[in-house]
Amino acid sequence: MIAQLTSSERQTALLLCAATMALGLVMLIAGLDNPFGIHGALVMACAFAVMLVVIAGYFAPEPSPTRLRQYYDDPSKVGVVLAMAWVVFGLFVGDWVAWLLVYPDLTFDAGWASFGRIRPVHTTSVIFGFGGNALIATSFYVVQRTCSARLADQVSPWFVLLGYNLFCLVAITGYMMGVTQSKEYAEPEWYADIWLVIVWVTYFVLYMRTLARRREPHIYVANWYYLAFILVVAVLHIVNGLAVPVSFGEARSYSAFSGVQDAMVQWWYGHNAVAFFLTSGFLGMLYYFLPKRAGRPIFSYRLSIISFWGITFFYMWAGSHHLHYTALPQWVQTLGMTFSLMLLVPSWASAGNALATLNGAWNKVRDDATLRFMMVAAVYYGITTFEGSFMAIRPVNSLSHYTDWTIGHVHAGALGWVAMISFGSIYAMVPWLWRSQAMYSARLVEVHFWLAVAGTIIYVMAMWNSGVVQGLMWRTYNESNTLAFSFLDSMVAMRPYYIARAVGGLLFLIGAAVGSYNIWKTLQMAAQSRYRTQADQPEAELDGAAAALPGE
Amino acid sequence: MTHDLLVWFAKSYGLFYLIGMSVAVLAYVLWPANKKTFDDAAGSVLHEEDKPWR
Repeated sequence: MIAQLTSSERQTALLLCAATMALGLVMLIAGLDNPFGIHGALVMACAFAVMLVVIAGYFAPEPSPTRLRQYYDDPSKVGVVLAMAWVVFGLFVGDWVAWLLVYPDLTFDAGWASFGRIRPVHTTSVIFGFGGNALIATSFYVVQRTCSARLADQVSPWFVLLGYNLFCLVAITGYMMGVTQSKEYAEPEWYADIWLVIVWVTYFVLYMRTLARRREPHIYVANWYYLAFILVVAVLHIVNGLAVPVSFGEARSYSAFSGVQDAMVQWWYGHNAVAFFLTSGFLGMLYYFLPKRAGRPIFSYRLSIISFWGITFFYMWAGSHHLHYTALPQWVQTLGMTFSLMLLVPSWASAGNALATLNGAWNKVRDDATLRFMMVAAVYYGITTFEGSFMAIRPVNSLSHYTDWTIGHVHAGALGWVAMISFGSIYAMVPWLWRSQAMYSARLVEVHFWLAVAGTIIYVMAMWNSGVVQGLMWRTYNESNTLAFSFLDSMVAMRPYYIARAVGGLLFLIGAAVGSYNIWKTLQMAAQSRYRTQADQPEAELDGAAAALPGE
Repeated sequence: MTHDLLVWFAKSYGLFYLIGMSVAVLAYVLWPANKKTFDDAAGSVLHEEDKPWR
């Protein structure tokens, strides 16, 4: 990988590592007595590890100029591997949290393992660790192919990918030490937030520079979705992250907002994180990998543009549906509810567009588990967006809010839509990236598919049941007009559902582990065949042969 | 800025600029001359080259 960098790029990489190490050292000294300093040490260690890798490859010969005639896929390859590592870790922690609700002793009396700390470890690992790496890896892949342009440079993709993973690492280790802003999906403290801004702006600039190199004037719609993801996440993150640190040597900070404004900004962020992190970027994947894998153009390109603008216009206003029946003004709640209902139109347009694209290729869906992952993702996208609009209606929300129904809804989206489309895209992309004929085992993809589907259904059904039961128990009154059940009664009633949920999650985890193994074997297989080709052919021929391999 | 002023602004101009943007998008999407661009774009991912042009 380092061999692909020119010597000046290797020097830049070393400088970046050194600068990051210096930053870590300053943090370590400034925060010796609190977790800020521990994070300084972590930053130093990570930067040092990357530096060692660069040094190890530093004296490799200069890369051949022919590399510029190919796409730059090394960051995508590393991104896929990191995504799979994060998903196995994140699902493992998630299932642990699920079992913790069945067996409360599973914290093993350790503070860092308590529910309030490992739950955000789970959400951050799967959403940002897995989802984020999958988005970065596929976005680099897709933007190059759809623009027929190589990434604009070779250092900034690495800064984006590795810098982003450093953010995730700082985030989850922080939670285990009790460092949190206590904002849903925005838990990391101010210094991690600032770091993410630097990484994210670099990502945006890199993406724009690559788009600027395209040949056709029209930009393929998948890139619109990826770009909306990058741009809007930057805006959301900066505004919601505004905070005043207690001191520059302290991990803690105070939000710039207070009271109901703070809540509104948080849920404007929170729901748009769902929209632009968990939807827009993954729709980018859908609009590229699904037509590609099915061998059919998208059913209606026009509809894909209408859904794009529908989603960007409407989602911005939907966040207040998280604050029904609160101190938030009634009209703002109603606004959020109305826009949530309107969102059904662009959401179903996308889901329908995906399924209509497959109409005529059902035989492929039947035979190819990779394509089936994408189809199920589109179906779950349709189900979840319908459910979301429904739950945003104020009276429905009075039943569903604060119950497990919300958890079921989130997981229908996260497991059924986000993870399924990611796995489908990764299974499609891995053989293309590593230039292997196919995945190591199509049967294992099949196994993963069914484990994922079974796990999701069990999980979501369990949470629907427990959520509705909870909601009803909390609003049942007896003859004397007092609550018929105590909170503890509803806890006891949840136990069977919690067991079912943990089993569903376990199936999903096993599926992801099978997928990781399959990908690992595919990489080994590709490495072996590359070794054989290299042994057989002189260098010049190899360049030609590699370039002649088709993208699919 | 008072609360009432903000509400008045959101309920009047907020409505019109959203409708305006929707009309602009629909016009762009349904404009007959754009059909070829969209068809080409939809097909482009299927027969893309495996090498960048730069």
